[in-house]
Amino acid sequence: MTAVIFYICAVAVITGALGVVLAHNPVHSALFLLVTLVSVAILFLQQDAALVAIIQIVVYASAIVVLFVFVIALLGVDQHETFDEPSLIQRPAAIALGALLLIQIVVLAGRHWATGEHSVRGPLSAPRSGNVHQLAVSLFTDYVWAFEITAVLLVIAVVGGVALARRSGQRPSRPSGASTPGAAPEPADARPRSGGAS
Amino acid sequence: MIAVASVTPTYYLTLAAALFTIGAVGLLVRRNTLVMFMCIELMLNAANLTFVSYSHALNDIGGQVIVFFTLVVAAAEVAVGLAIIVAIFRRRHHVTADDLNALEG
Repeated sequence: MTAVIFYICAVAVITGALGVVLAHNPVHSALFLLVTLVSVAILFLQQDAALVAIIQIVVYASAIVVLFVFVIALLGVDQHETFDEPSLIQRPAAIALGALLLIQIVVLAGRHWATGEHSVRGPLSAPRSGNVHQLAVSLFTDYVWAFEITAVLLVIAVVGGVALARRSGQRPSRPSGASTPGAAPEPADARPRSGGAS
Repeated sequence: MIAVASVTPTYYLTLAAALFTIGAVGLLVRRNTLVMFMCIELMLNAANLTFVSYSHALNDIGGQVIVFFTLVVAAAEVAVGLAIIVAIFRRRHHVTADDLNALEG
């Protein structure tokens, strides 16, 4: 049963990942990303990582993918991307490098996977307390300093995101309701710049 | 009927390697910065899958704690990265990576 679930999820993971790369429309890429993320969450569940699986669903599959879709909706689907490369060598080189990477990981490291001490930071789940309890104990004892740093990181990231998004919004009032669906987003803050690139 | 061998950690790790590779190749071949971001998410997920696989193989909770931190870093990265993409879009009206060839705004 676990093997069947693994194979189904593995196919879904690879399909979703290929879909992200190959889909022409960014919205389709986001939806394929959702397939991959949910499948990876199921694989987490298969490996006794219940809390991590739930966080994967809540944070990744909900928040991050919704953020992606939201930005796509805000910016409009980018039609500028051409799929014919300007340089002939880039795509074969990228695929060759990817194949080389895969061969390196699988072949060179494939003989000696998991080695090392068992249960250094504690077992996955104790008899009388589950996975969540173990994770919480480890997080708030061994890793409490990293946890606090994480809080600082999140604050910095959120402040930075707000600062980046608001930097050019010096006009306090913009026309309300200007964003009609289907129309190109209003370039409210685009300043004319002379001589952009090159 | 699939030959139902027991799924060893090697299976998960190989899957994670494949996922990471697809993400890396996608990052190299795509031009749309949003899709490039999604490919970075794929690579982060591959790393998470590796952590959880080792955590399961070694019966050690540490791997899952690291996944927790990776998720936080991914969330922060997406927040800042999408803000940057929106800021670029305001200036340039498209977010193709080929057009971002100058350091000026």
